[in-house]
Amino acid sequence: MYLNHKITLFINLLRSAMAKIKYIEFDGKEHEIEVSNGLTVMEGAIKNKIPGIDADCGGACACATCHVYVADEWINKLPNKDDSEEDMLDFAFEVKESSRLSCQITVSDELEGLVVKMPEKQF
Amino acid sequence: MSETIKTDCLIVGAGPVGLFAVFELGILGLSCEVVDNLDKIGGQCAELYPDKPIYDIPALPECTGLSLIENLQKQIKPFNTSFHLNERIDQISNEGDLWIVKTSANKVFETPNIFIAGGVGSFEPRKPPIESVSMFEGKGIEYSILNKDYYAGKKIVIFGGGDSALDWTVELSKIASHITLVHRRDEFKAAQHTVNLMEALVKEEKVDLITNHQISDVSGDTRIKKAVIKDKSDETQEIECDEILIFYGLKMELGPINNWGLNLNEKQISVNTENFETNLPGVFAIGDISYYPGKLKLILSGFHEAALASQKAFVRAKPDETLTFRYTTSSSDIQKKLGVK
Repeated sequence: MYLNHKITLFINLLRSAMAKIKYIEFDGKEHEIEVSNGLTVMEGAIKNKIPGIDADCGGACACATCHVYVADEWINKLPNKDDSEEDMLDFAFEVKESSRLSCQITVSDELEGLVVKMPEKQF
Repeated sequence: MSETIKTDCLIVGAGPVGLFAVFELGILGLSCEVVDNLDKIGGQCAELYPDKPIYDIPALPECTGLSLIENLQKQIKPFNTSFHLNERIDQISNEGDLWIVKTSANKVFETPNIFIAGGVGSFEPRKPPIESVSMFEGKGIEYSILNKDYYAGKKIVIFGGGDSALDWTVELSKIASHITLVHRRDEFKAAQHTVNLMEALVKEEKVDLITNHQISDVSGDTRIKKAVIKDKSDETQEIECDEILIFYGLKMELGPINNWGLNLNEKQISVNTENFETNLPGVFAIGDISYYPGKLKLILSGFHEAALASQKAFVRAKPDETLTFRYTTSSSDIQKKLGVK
């Protein structure tokens, strides 16, 4: 009984430390992935080998090859872009209001259900 | 074709790891030559983040990308190494135990060892993935300027908001008949001084500035005639022009390395962890470009890899000599090589 309780607590802990994120490839193919809190949206994609995010610089906000479009309802829910992210977006293609660099979005409980779409090409 | 350059080791990539390999080879008494596709030494550190701080170099609590490179250059100064910049390795082939390496500038190297220290590959200009743009590449669309005078009297559209876009807007405004600068937002990521110069030119009506627009399409016949740009709501407008210059920065591509017959792990080259040799004898991969279980893309890992690869390079370059391990602290031989004794 006590052990069961402990296991439930542990499972809850594991659950709460993840957020479900939906990555949609340019051709519409969807990947729904549990990403650990503290990782970036980019790292979630790379670890799960989701195509469409290159992340050449490895997350140093120095290359703009992890460009994604966040779903409209998420644009204002995410923490604001800092200057370096806005600067780097100059080097992305087809930048829109919803454009973000996924290496600059850190996963947390608040991001449960986040939807990001990949551009046609990381150029 | 030029004369063949013989060396103990050819290093591909002048980033921090390539530079430290010069040191490690140098203290073993091996000669080397360095080739890099960029126009300067320093790789990503110099090109992508010269001013960004780095905190994880052992015994250097804080440095910048640029200061790290400057210090490495100081460290390898005693070896008087030749750098071949603006050149890319196009082809390698082997003759017995030697590698014959050809560069994009038609230089030929003959060497028993190749160190690939290429980071994430060579820097190439970012090209908008638009079919018409690729079609007119070289027919009015360029990503860099080889001959400035060519643009005299021309009607030019320049895309971008960084240093290259602004520097060339200011420079070409002196000779072009008209310049339109198109950028996706109101802010510019360029030296403030250049931004001021550009804004003054706009006031004097020497340059048309169109912000909050991006490239959408281009058209022409045998050469480019028009650029089509669009705003945030996809509303388009056309600009007539003779030339289009696109400055969207650089990206990294593995490039011809893909065709060398190396075992790859996605965009990295598989190596063993004893001496970081690849599946091709005498070809080593060190730094971010190498892959092995547990690999961390850290500059400090690359330094370690350079040291170990150099040991094996010695055996290949001087098969008749015995390599005795020596510390820089106490070896008078090494200190002589460094010019401190």
